[in-house]
Amino acid sequence: MLGAQALVEALKAEGVEYIFGHPGGAVLHLYDALYDSGLKTVLCRHEQGAAHMADGYARATGRPGVCLATSGPGATNLVTGLATAFMDSIPVVAITGNVPRALIGRDAFQEADITGITLPVTKHNFLVRSARELPRVIRAAFHIATTGRPGPVLVDIPKDVGVEELDFDYPETVDLPGYKPTYKGHIRQIMAAAKAIAEARRPLLYVGGGAIASGAHEEVRAIAEKCDLPVAMTLMGLGAFPGNHPQSLGMLGMHGTAYANYAIQNCDVLIAVGARFDDRVTGALDTFAPRVEQIIHIDIDPAEIGKNVIAHVPIVGDCRTVLSALIKKVPEKKHPEWWAQIDEWRREYPLQYRPGDTEVKPQAVCEAIYEVTGGEAIVATDVGQHQMWAAQYYKVHGPRQFVTSGGLGTMGFGLPAGIGAKLARPDKEVFVVSGDGSFQMNIQELATAAEHNVAVKVAVLNNGYLGMVRQWQEFFYQRRYSDSRMWSPDFVTIAQGYGIKAMRVTEPGDVRAALEEARAHDGPVVIDFQVAREENCFPMVPAGGSNSDMLGPKGWIE
Amino acid sequence: MFGGAFGATDGKAREHTISVLVENRPGVLSRVAGMFSRRGFNIDSIVVGAAEEPGFSRMTIVLVGDERELEQVQKQLHKLIEVIKVSELDPAEMVERELALIKVAADRTNRAEIVQIVDIFRASIVDVSPHTVIVEVTGDVKKVEAMVDLLRPFGIKEIVRTGRVGVLRGPKPSGVHGDRRRGLQAVGG
Repeated sequence: MLGAQALVEALKAEGVEYIFGHPGGAVLHLYDALYDSGLKTVLCRHEQGAAHMADGYARATGRPGVCLATSGPGATNLVTGLATAFMDSIPVVAITGNVPRALIGRDAFQEADITGITLPVTKHNFLVRSARELPRVIRAAFHIATTGRPGPVLVDIPKDVGVEELDFDYPETVDLPGYKPTYKGHIRQIMAAAKAIAEARRPLLYVGGGAIASGAHEEVRAIAEKCDLPVAMTLMGLGAFPGNHPQSLGMLGMHGTAYANYAIQNCDVLIAVGARFDDRVTGALDTFAPRVEQIIHIDIDPAEIGKNVIAHVPIVGDCRTVLSALIKKVPEKKHPEWWAQIDEWRREYPLQYRPGDTEVKPQAVCEAIYEVTGGEAIVATDVGQHQMWAAQYYKVHGPRQFVTSGGLGTMGFGLPAGIGAKLARPDKEVFVVSGDGSFQMNIQELATAAEHNVAVKVAVLNNGYLGMVRQWQEFFYQRRYSDSRMWSPDFVTIAQGYGIKAMRVTEPGDVRAALEEARAHDGPVVIDFQVAREENCFPMVPAGGSNSDMLGPKGWIE
Repeated sequence: MFGGAFGATDGKAREHTISVLVENRPGVLSRVAGMFSRRGFNIDSIVVGAAEEPGFSRMTIVLVGDERELEQVQKQLHKLIEVIKVSELDPAEMVERELALIKVAADRTNRAEIVQIVDIFRASIVDVSPHTVIVEVTGDVKKVEAMVDLLRPFGIKEIVRTGRVGVLRGPKPSGVHGDRRRGLQAVGG
């Protein structure tokens, strides 16, 4: 068998369904083998789109997404997508071609040291030195990407390896002596955590993306309900606990709800589940959670524990495994006083915005998407104000429904990730919430959506600005709007040029009708929502500030 | 108080020697070195050589940092797929050596004096030319430094140092303690 065929067989053995990619010189052998392989290839218009589609596919399902690019520029175009997946711990396997082995290191045409380049943004990477290695390497790549703390893995295959002969034998096991993730939490630590939770007067469950990665959403709910815990979620954790549950405080952190941030600043026992105390969550570390007495930190990655804060009860292990052990050890409890306080904050500082009489408010669009879909749709976002409004007003009901670039904050992520998610979950409605800035960063993927009739509904919250940049310039740079004012093409015409149904909404009263029309259409839709131009996203903890000192905790009521 | 538990470091930086057992594969050194630079840790020295088992290498890394940095370094090293074991070598329990080759200006008038210093240090002269000698010295860092200081007045032309290697005394292999920091207990509260 030839190397290229071995790759195809290995991908089949791994249960791969889609390959998102773009052909080129160094992957011609691989594409030739894919041609009649039965594996579904999706031709992206830019390799970054391919990486984000693989990522969106993975986020929507938990299964690894696969992307494929040629050497040199094809491979380097994947880098942003890999870094995005790496920061959010998403299982992606990227396959790149490289120049033939004899030319490596000679600055050959379209040569790039992609294993060197992606070293800090992949969980691991491989350069395949002979076809014989391919089955073992692909097996290891999928194993590493999907186990422990998931992450992207890149496999670089020199062109001539694709036509080298080998005896194909796909290994059942992997031989990685240095890689043994810990799944089961230490029982003594679990007992210590149970004791802390039992004695807590003002407990708070702080849930991150790790809870979704490990499939711990049911356990999160079970322990929250058993111990009467308020639940605050990170951007990556949204959906790990139902956003419409009475115990949900929504998102915490920089643009979190005021009541979630007040809860974290006043809790005595903080239970972090698959969360990493990111600066966007903690604000200034020396003012974070000043009343906390016990931090319980559950994470599968030992390096996360003690990285930003010191945990009193560190538990290294899989969130789901640890939580299911912990639930059995904690007593049922009620916290009426604590809840009375939280409910007061909820009444005093609700998440709100001033409804527009003549203008479409961006928050209203996010809220309407929530209402028309009943919170059951997958929402993929780009990055900026619209992302925060989507996080605030689209109260995700379940896991793997909120697809967003949290760690890296990659503009241009939403559309391709939404396409990947929709292909992965054809049974689910998929909305992409984007902004006029982000949308243009991978707008070429409208061609991919059109070609495969991928029914993503793109809501562009078009305010004529790079809105989050403008907001910071308004607050911190004396309204000097340096390059944040932005001209955009007519998105309706652009979408129509791609053969995609498109609408423009300028009146607040037309928002719902447009969304319903988009939902009813069997295929991709772009809606250009012309929204209030200088709306700000509140509450806001200024960068480096304390969670106690939010700007606009009451939203527009100052 | 609890407030002290947050923040980047707890201050007391000191030198640490860690021993890292790795799979001997292409690129493993750049993975290790890259982790240090990416996360802002400094390497004082790094020495790599074949380990006792074929296919594996052992690195001795010397770094300066406080306990939290050391813990992060060890954990982040552990995350590298090709890293098998990470262990800190306790200075009280380890044997540490460095080798230096020092080329010193020397002629008939002062060669004897250099030989005397070399003898006192149990070092050796490995090359003699009409105008230079090469001194080979092995020992801990203090010894090498002292040797360099004493030879400096003669005119040092070139110094090559291997960097430090270390191993634990007694029967224990370096690495038994590799995982002990995994579930580090909290000290705040």
